[in-house]
Amino acid sequence: MTEPLTIAVSKGRIFKECLPLLAAAGIEPRDDPDTSRKLILDTNLDDVKIVIIRASDVPTYVQYGAADIGVAGKDVLMEHGGEGIYEPLDLGIARCRMMVAGKPQQAADTTRLRVATKYVRTTRRYYANLGKQVEIIKLYGSMELGPIVGLADLIVDLVDTGNTLKANGLVPLEHIADISSRLIVNKASMKMKHARVRALIDKISTAV
Amino acid sequence: MTQDRWLLPEGIQEALPAQAERLEHYRRKLLDLYKTWGYELVMPPFIEYLESLFVATGKDLDLQTFKLTDQLTGRMMGVRSDMTPQVARIDAHMLKRDVPTRLCYMGTVLRARPEAAAGSRSPLQLGAEIYGHAGLDSDVEIIRLMLETLRATGVDRLHMDIGHVGIYASLAQQARLDEAQEAVLFDMLQRKAMPEIAAYLDELRLGKHEHAMLLALAELNGGDAVLAEARTALKKAGKPVLRAIDYVEQVAQATRRYAKDVEIHFDFAELRGYQYQTGIVFAAFVPGRGQEIARGGRYDEIGKVFGRARPATGFSADLKTLIDVSSIAQHSKHSGILVAEGDVEAAREEIDVLRASGERVICALSGQQATASAMGCDRELVLDNNQWIVRTVS
Repeated sequence: MTEPLTIAVSKGRIFKECLPLLAAAGIEPRDDPDTSRKLILDTNLDDVKIVIIRASDVPTYVQYGAADIGVAGKDVLMEHGGEGIYEPLDLGIARCRMMVAGKPQQAADTTRLRVATKYVRTTRRYYANLGKQVEIIKLYGSMELGPIVGLADLIVDLVDTGNTLKANGLVPLEHIADISSRLIVNKASMKMKHARVRALIDKISTAV
Repeated sequence: MTQDRWLLPEGIQEALPAQAERLEHYRRKLLDLYKTWGYELVMPPFIEYLESLFVATGKDLDLQTFKLTDQLTGRMMGVRSDMTPQVARIDAHMLKRDVPTRLCYMGTVLRARPEAAAGSRSPLQLGAEIYGHAGLDSDVEIIRLMLETLRATGVDRLHMDIGHVGIYASLAQQARLDEAQEAVLFDMLQRKAMPEIAAYLDELRLGKHEHAMLLALAELNGGDAVLAEARTALKKAGKPVLRAIDYVEQVAQATRRYAKDVEIHFDFAELRGYQYQTGIVFAAFVPGRGQEIARGGRYDEIGKVFGRARPATGFSADLKTLIDVSSIAQHSKHSGILVAEGDVEAAREEIDVLRASGERVICALSGQQATASAMGCDRELVLDNNQWIVRTVS
């Protein structure tokens, strides 16, 4: 029996949009993560397993080699740093944009701006590249509230339709990056399970 | 505060008796092995002036190094985070030999940041280097010694990854990338981020061939077939690149002759240590470990900053990691001989004889209640018919 190939995917939108891509590689999970409580899903292939984890944990699993392959948003990869991970394929799924947003009449930034975000690293890098010093406030969710209650001047977050921003009286101000999910591969797996990993990448890339 | 006084800093480990014994066993075994291959042991200092530690222009080593001020001179000192540059300094500045020099080393290094996720910040680094020879023989000898090291520590099911940093360097030169562009592309290549590489190359507006070759490079990895692929894809890159591919193939062939059970994988975009490596680069992997366990390569220019550039090739690894992945089980049971408190004086000579023969003899201390097995002993020394005999305890 060959060593199993483990694929890390997060629940929800990414998992659903991944299914057709995995199917193109001949992989079909036997369980549905929405109804099953299993964290490791069997597939139609004996030597392929899917682990269901939080989106922000996917790069960590792949970096340690706990999963050979993963599907992670570019936002998560930028925040993680992506060291020791290969990201050979843009899957083009779960598309959105990472943006700076705030109130429409945002005052000129004479003072040091406060920016609320869960993407601390990415935000720091973005403003450093602009030559601006900002105060970053780490939040875990509901960033839109920040400017309303005066916790922050701006937020950095993912924007899909823009409806949440609008509903809270905010507007997108600056575009930081286009986000989509990437196929990521552990460095050692790419070398030691090369033929299988390569075949998987090739098959999935035809379906992207 | 007082409750976590026992707590060690992140990534800093200590070795308890069983592990320490094992580490020391392999430390001696490996140093003996290197001696039989003609490698002379050197012991570089634990701390040096910062400038001597940094031979590469990159900032990696700078970020890696713990620093402190020398109270005597006011200069900055660093605790070594990699012994390779130190050994290069010894060859270039202290030994100044004209013949090929083989050096080996083993010692603790400190890393301000762990190299890999959850990695150690205090590895027990071991390594061997050959100075003064440029060519296949020395590279192959170093690879063989690396494989021999892994075998001696019980690491099997090995995979080896071979690449050549000269290929990317030539292509970048041919495409006339400036230093900043080369660094951006290097970062993308390290992540094999194909979509980003494609977009960045479009942005650079390179010549058709240069564009195609740099794009192909990221995907030039795999088994033997990739050698032919590389020759086709990089045909327009000129002699140095094609020679580098030939060289990689020769190294792989020579390695296979020696180690038939090692899986060899090629990766021409693997630029590990690009800042000071100049030729072939290689690394060893084992299943179940997401990062390499040993690595090395050629770094011909390293001695220049110490006044003398000599060709150099070498490998290094962390002994603690090797023992973690070793398939050789730890000796679980201790053997030893306990001498009862009252007999210690009378059996003095007998005890000396036993110890000289390599036996572990423990003398019970006054008032000691512990049994032989509690003291880690499987035998005891007793007087039988006026004769000291060693008896197995039940």
